[in-house]
Amino acid sequence: MSGDVKVTLSRPVDGAMGQTGVWRDFRPELDSTKCIKCLKCWIACPDGCIKRADDDSISIDYVYCKGCGICANECPTKAITMRREGLGQ
Amino acid sequence: MIMIDTGDRIAAKAAQMARPEFIAAYPITPQTVIVEKTAEYTETGELDAEYMRVESEHSAMTAVIGAAITGIRTFTATSSHGLALMHEMLHWAALSRLPIVMVNVNRTLGPGWNIWADQTDALAQRDTGWVQLYCSSCQEIFDVIIQAYRLAEMEDVQLPIMVNYDAFVLSHTSMPVEVPEQAQIDKFLPPYRALWQIDPDDPLTYANMVPQAHFGGIRKDMQDAHDRVKKLFPQIAGEWKERFGTDHGGLIEEVHCDDAEYVLVTMGAFGAEAKVAVEQLRDEGVKVGLARVRVFRPFPAEAFWTLASGRTFVVVDRGVSVGSGGGIYTELKSALYGHSNAPVHGFIAGLGGKDVTYGEMAQMVRRVAGGHASEVEWWGLDCQGGA
Amino acid sequence: MAVKNLPTEELMRPGGGGCPGCPSSLALRVALKALGRNTVLVMPACCAVVCVGPYPKSSIDVPVVSIAFEAAAAAAAGIVSGFKRKGKQDANVVVWAGDGGTYDIGLQALSGAVERGTDFIYICYNNEMYSNTGIQRSGATPFGAWTTTTWKGKDERKKDLPAIMRAHGLPYMATAIPSYQEDLFRKVRKAMSIRGPKYIEILAPCPPGWRFPMEKMLEVGRLAVDTGAFALYEYENGQLTFNLKSKSILEKKVEPAPIEEYLQLQGRFGHLFKPQRNEEALSRIREELDASWEQMRRQVECGTA
Repeated sequence: MSGDVKVTLSRPVDGAMGQTGVWRDFRPELDSTKCIKCLKCWIACPDGCIKRADDDSISIDYVYCKGCGICANECPTKAITMRREGLGQ
Repeated sequence: MIMIDTGDRIAAKAAQMARPEFIAAYPITPQTVIVEKTAEYTETGELDAEYMRVESEHSAMTAVIGAAITGIRTFTATSSHGLALMHEMLHWAALSRLPIVMVNVNRTLGPGWNIWADQTDALAQRDTGWVQLYCSSCQEIFDVIIQAYRLAEMEDVQLPIMVNYDAFVLSHTSMPVEVPEQAQIDKFLPPYRALWQIDPDDPLTYANMVPQAHFGGIRKDMQDAHDRVKKLFPQIAGEWKERFGTDHGGLIEEVHCDDAEYVLVTMGAFGAEAKVAVEQLRDEGVKVGLARVRVFRPFPAEAFWTLASGRTFVVVDRGVSVGSGGGIYTELKSALYGHSNAPVHGFIAGLGGKDVTYGEMAQMVRRVAGGHASEVEWWGLDCQGGA
Repeated sequence: MAVKNLPTEELMRPGGGGCPGCPSSLALRVALKALGRNTVLVMPACCAVVCVGPYPKSSIDVPVVSIAFEAAAAAAAGIVSGFKRKGKQDANVVVWAGDGGTYDIGLQALSGAVERGTDFIYICYNNEMYSNTGIQRSGATPFGAWTTTTWKGKDERKKDLPAIMRAHGLPYMATAIPSYQEDLFRKVRKAMSIRGPKYIEILAPCPPGWRFPMEKMLEVGRLAVDTGAFALYEYENGQLTFNLKSKSILEKKVEPAPIEEYLQLQGRFGHLFKPQRNEEALSRIREELDASWEQMRRQVECGTA
């Protein structure tokens, strides 16, 4: 084991704490017809789960979204609404 | 070149010649001279390094850790309360496997305030995972500091190392020291090459949360490194002797042990006193030798197994774990168990810097030899007064 | 700078350990956009380091150095020196610490590092309590706030750490809040352009700690600014400059919203209203708030920050 020193060094990955989407009670749902591409939701997400496309349209990363609802709260056109996660969904 | 100077100034000189690139230290008697001298070296340009005048010992060790993880050689020094204050970060440095070298000038903790020689300060840190070396002369201080860097930085070691010597008796006592040329030192101690480092080009996360399952392996890895130190340190000391001619022994220094019936076991300045005690007793016909402990962590159990047969050990401790016993005494007895029935007598002496002469050490051996000594004796307690 | 123009690259990966709606996570995500990859984050024990995730994984795409609770500024100082030796002085060395590790246990190391002129950015995300260990009070907890160690509400005022930082004469300090992302971004970029010690304090309205619905995190922050409970300003070369709504409040161009609007949104102040209103405490809160704004007005007028 010489030279193989055990020091706890970690590397960045998605989902360091697991698939945090399972934390959700409510999920954000987007009505893209109402979206004005202001990107307030994109910048407001504490976990970076609102993905921004080149044309400034957005999509939601449900694998990691924790359902905090800030995006829905901030959206000026209410394009995002929070819906209760169904059991077993 | 011969330097005649105090332990602290010799230590500073060794630190300068080891070429650390970062020093952070906080003054505490009697280490202050090291702090001052190394600051001066960096200001005159004799040492090309960053020097940080930190605001506490805890920050000193932390700053050294911060610098060390960027992949550079570092140095610091402390004593007593300062060592105690950085206790948390001593664990941190060892668990991080950083090859930091630190001088600790052995001084007791208080209250009462006492600035003199006592090894309880370093004894209290023996669980941190640091390698602990003990010096008995200024020459040894110089040699061991440079050897410590060589040892710490080995791929098979990667542990921080504490170089200990007694307050005032060594730190402020002048002795002649042979100091090699810088070019020769550089050949013995090549530039440091870190196994890993913090670098903006590489997104490593260091020291985040670690789940339970992984932790035991970290400590086991440290233990294994300590085991390798037992082989590697004597090799390094041997290479030093070949290059530079000075020699202080291996994990322990054995003096007149071959036919000894009684073996004094001690470390630090007491080790130098004990050599004279041995000479005096030999003149009287007592078959006594000295096993001077140079490496306390890792504890050189195997060296004592070899020595134990037919001996009686007379341990003289200058540090005590209250509620258990003297540092060397308890470690030695534990190490011998199951390997030897050699009797071990313990003397606790010189705490708080009380002077203990070679004459007194000779008396300790005579007490043991005459069958008058208890298993453990507290020596020289004649304090009077107090509430 | 409009939200659209903020850099799109994410240096914080999704799936980290922050609570849903975590203000520290959002602030760090925005700050990292300003800092870029040539950055080392130094985190003492705090929520953020737990959010980073457990070994062998991490959620941050720049080097992160975790260190003991009281030691962040000292570790950062050591790294700054090490990078200087390595010719990497242009790298951002940034402490990301909670108020515990800044106002209280970490204050000594911070003061020492600032006094020595360390070239680093110290960012404190202040959720006004020791949140990582479960909402105990800190020196940053405001008067009257419930915490798990101040069940009847804190008796003392919060420490004015920004003033302590200014007393060190550092070249730049600023306050910010995750509700105003462009302002936060700009201030981090500003700090990056200055040599020497920089201090940024970010108010972090924490849903579980302050007891409000998590979706309102940015709203609570806006209310903190609108009521004057939190002032957005910068301090540079001895001069104070106020920003956004705080500027209007300072100049008395706009009345701050009633402080009770801010307090009533948070469960940690609920005991000031139910079972009955604690008029004495509420008066004291109003008076101390008014007094602190008067003091800031005097400082701006006299140029004595």
